[in-house]
Amino acid sequence: MLHLSLMAGSFLMLLPFLWMFITSVSNPASAFSSPEHFHWIPHTWYWSNYTDVFRRLSANGMSFWLLYWNSLFVAIAGTFGQVLTSSMAAYAFARLRFPGREPLFFGYLATMMVPGSVTLIPVFILMRDFHWINTYYALVIPGIFSPFGTFMLRQFFMSLPRELEEAARIDGASLVGIYWRITLPLSKPAIATLTTFTFLGYWVSFLWPLIVTVSPQMRTLPIGLTVFMQRYTADYSQWMAASVMATVPMILVFIFNQRYFVEGIKLSGIKG
Amino acid sequence: MKISERKAEALVALLFLLPNFVGFLFFTSVPVLASLYFSFTHWDLFHRPQFVGLQNFISLLGFSHQGGKLVANDPFFWQYLYNTVFLMIGIPFTIAGSLVLAITLNRKMRGVVLYRTIYFLPTITAGVAVLIVWKWLYNTDIGLFNVIIDDLGIWLHIHLPSLFPVAFTGPDWLGRVEWAKPSLIIMGFMMSVGGGNMILYLAALQGVPRELYEAANLDGASGWQQFRHITWPLISPTTFFIGIMSLISGFQGGFVTSYVMTQGGPAGSTTTIEYYIFNKGFTMFNMGYASAIAWFLFLVILVITLLTYRYGGRTVTYA
Repeated sequence: MLHLSLMAGSFLMLLPFLWMFITSVSNPASAFSSPEHFHWIPHTWYWSNYTDVFRRLSANGMSFWLLYWNSLFVAIAGTFGQVLTSSMAAYAFARLRFPGREPLFFGYLATMMVPGSVTLIPVFILMRDFHWINTYYALVIPGIFSPFGTFMLRQFFMSLPRELEEAARIDGASLVGIYWRITLPLSKPAIATLTTFTFLGYWVSFLWPLIVTVSPQMRTLPIGLTVFMQRYTADYSQWMAASVMATVPMILVFIFNQRYFVEGIKLSGIKG
Repeated sequence: MKISERKAEALVALLFLLPNFVGFLFFTSVPVLASLYFSFTHWDLFHRPQFVGLQNFISLLGFSHQGGKLVANDPFFWQYLYNTVFLMIGIPFTIAGSLVLAITLNRKMRGVVLYRTIYFLPTITAGVAVLIVWKWLYNTDIGLFNVIIDDLGIWLHIHLPSLFPVAFTGPDWLGRVEWAKPSLIIMGFMMSVGGGNMILYLAALQGVPRELYEAANLDGASGWQQFRHITWPLISPTTFFIGIMSLISGFQGGFVTSYVMTQGGPAGSTTTIEYYIFNKGFTMFNMGYASAIAWFLFLVILVITLLTYRYGGRTVTYA
């Protein structure tokens, strides 16, 4: 019964991905006047769409592998920066006492309430003044400091049982030691979650990389994909072939991270 | 606690905060404050901004007497604000659905990794591809929903002609004012129920000590009682987080979805505030006005969050 309802839901969830995949191996010539018209089982499987992606990008002065590498590098560096700095800040907000803690935290919250479309240009001007346009700095660094990660991890840290930290404190552990050896290891599921979100955020980011990069060598995957949408009728089959290839790393990141969602923490044993 | 100890703790806190705070100051606070300044200017993005005082806010929020009636200076804004709030109706259902899914998928079970991945797929599948599929599902003539509804209509008409004198057909989901919003809400639910919120809840459930359930089992507590008295209070910080973030993204959302699905129509019924900000700022090059809208939106979200913070302070349990 449980499996039955889960499977029914799975069908709807899989539908977009299935459509993407089937379109990616469909006849590019029939490249649907309207993308809503398509056959669930293609008459012939056009795997050549995948190799055409590489050719088409080269013709536009871009290399698929370079786009891939840029996207990967930016996502990995940005995720590392975000998880490291926001977990430290979150620990301070959740567990340490210092003057001005609550107002500062509320300041973090408040900045998230201003829509990104009006801060886009000011951040861009900042990048220009830093001479970071068309560099990895502009692609990676501003995204690291979004208050989202700090807020999320603070909430998780606050729900961790205090007993473990207090016991460690009595045993003479330093605050840095507690953060590194107790809080972080206990928060693996939260860290895995933030890693997934941040990686995804960088991976699909479109508008920001578009305005801060100029040369084809600095572009990221989502921008490379626009090559397939530029005509009157988009090349859906090649576009979707490229999209399938672009989705694979995200699926791997998710599967890797979800193994931390295994079982609740155990108090006994550590407490001992 | 000794004063020196307290000082030492504050010093450690400063060191922990510093890396994030410096970046926050430059890349978040400065741009946010800049946009506040722009909201008091007229700025077309190409020339220097000109300070105009409260003019943007008056054009946005003001009313004037016209023929004995109060007329809004910018009636579009109020319509789009209403649309935005209306489209947020789905949020509590999505949160509840995500929690149910997370609890369901938080157990040792065959294929649990597969299910988790499949339910997360709409979130990681390239955004526009997902929306195109939903456009097909909602298509009046060939969409999956209407093919089923139309067939059912014909079947009922043939077999129960007295009850169904005419065969009913499916609606024009995205093309009618009365259907467009509900269609987007249903789509939003299906696309996000297995997304970020489910993952957040899955992570939060890992933080609930197993001992508590073991003890409750010994005491003979039912599944519902365990949820009500153990799970729900212990994951409440995450619920608080999800609630606030949903509120923020609800008020700031809807641009890409509406742009691809309906272009904001029919008759502007799916245009959201974010869509309006984007149009004003980047299509009409009126960034001053766009910033004013953004800052009014900020105030609305801030007030609601403060209320939640106060009320939430009583219901959120921290360990």
